[in-house]
Amino acid sequence: MNPRICFVIVAGTFAALLPLMAQKGRAPKAPPARVANTQPAHDDDSAQGQRVFKQNCARCHDAPQGFPPQISGTVLRHMRVRANLSASDEKALLHFMNP
Amino acid sequence: MFRLRSSQRELSSRRCIRILAGATLLSLVHAIPAQDVPLISGGAGFVTSTNGGNTTYIPVISPLLAAPIGSHILVESRATILDAFFPKGGGQTGYTHDSFLGLDFLQADITANRHMTFVAGQFLTPFGTYNERLSPIWISNFENAPLIYGLGTMGTAHSVGGMLRGSAASTQSVNLDYAAYFSAASTNEQLNAERSAGGRASLYIPAAQLEIGASFNRLLQGTRENFSGIHVWWEPANSSFRLRSEFARAAHARGYWIEGGYRLDRFGGGQGVLSRFEPLFRMQQTFRSQPDANDTLPSVDTKQADFGLDYHMPHELRINTSYSREFSSSGNRNIWQTGIIYRFLIPTWRGK
Repeated sequence: MNPRICFVIVAGTFAALLPLMAQKGRAPKAPPARVANTQPAHDDDSAQGQRVFKQNCARCHDAPQGFPPQISGTVLRHMRVRANLSASDEKALLHFMNP
Repeated sequence: MFRLRSSQRELSSRRCIRILAGATLLSLVHAIPAQDVPLISGGAGFVTSTNGGNTTYIPVISPLLAAPIGSHILVESRATILDAFFPKGGGQTGYTHDSFLGLDFLQADITANRHMTFVAGQFLTPFGTYNERLSPIWISNFENAPLIYGLGTMGTAHSVGGMLRGSAASTQSVNLDYAAYFSAASTNEQLNAERSAGGRASLYIPAAQLEIGASFNRLLQGTRENFSGIHVWWEPANSSFRLRSEFARAAHARGYWIEGGYRLDRFGGGQGVLSRFEPLFRMQQTFRSQPDANDTLPSVDTKQADFGLDYHMPHELRINTSYSREFSSSGNRNIWQTGIIYRFLIPTWRGK
């Protein structure tokens, strides 16, 4: 397919989606228990967790918009290996995600 | 009579074994801590790539499974399944297709202590940053990997053996992490790897949001070649700008990529339409001194400029678009790429 036609299709998709998203406004928020906490920290542990999240997770990818709390430990164990987290960082991040 | 009793015993022992196995499995399921339920994650998408006037269409899915076993072991695996539809060529009209199913990694992560994890199995080769951090389809900003991706990753991008890794020091002012591995040679179709050894060390300074790291891998078969590289990542404070870069060299080639991106989240309060855009620019260059079958760099000196525009939609969707212009003595060409990627993350069961 001609690349110009490809771009026209992509631009058309954007144009069609933008008004829809503008009407919806803010993205729907998941229940607090189902999302990684990205709110301002309330205590030292949460502040530490927020710092760890910003330094180790958010540098590579967007935060998941929500996931069930029963997999937060598994997510962290995966990230501990992938991002070389220390045990204390892992603990702080778990507290941050499950305040 | 004896035979009957013997067969009855076998039957009852089999039943016992089944009941015990079932009970063990049930107890394992119930023994799993509430937050450690196995998960399935990954990405699914549709990518188009127009290179020199020929367009390839690629539906792709890359699932990841992570399953904790006890409190010290995590088994995780990622695969890539795709089907590429491309023009037949040779004067023929129409399209043909080529399917691909590959195991990216299948590893057991064993937590040794607070600073060390032992990884066994097939794992992504630790060299630079792209292979381990940016190669998942739901993370990468550009659909095509950097030109120097093959340097240090031994062509297969994964190794089969053992690796020690972890955080050597993590404080408010500095974070030092490391990875050291050894890989055996393997010719298995899914677990193919070269005999090699090496590692990487990175220093991260939180105050400056600056990371500097170095990698060194040695191929221990055939020509026994050394690969070395450095990487620098920087995110200025209070800014949505981020800079990533890598330089790598082999015996007969070297190259670099440097990527800058700016997430427009200052426009529209982080949730607005405009704030979800991320313009990107990546510059790449490779240099070759002699032909070498071990590295995967272009056969002649090459420059490539990539211009990207990504859109991070709600509900774990993102759209990546890019235009690249490649300059080399073998000819200049344009590369247009688009991709829509959905990221999923689900538990395997509901848990407690």
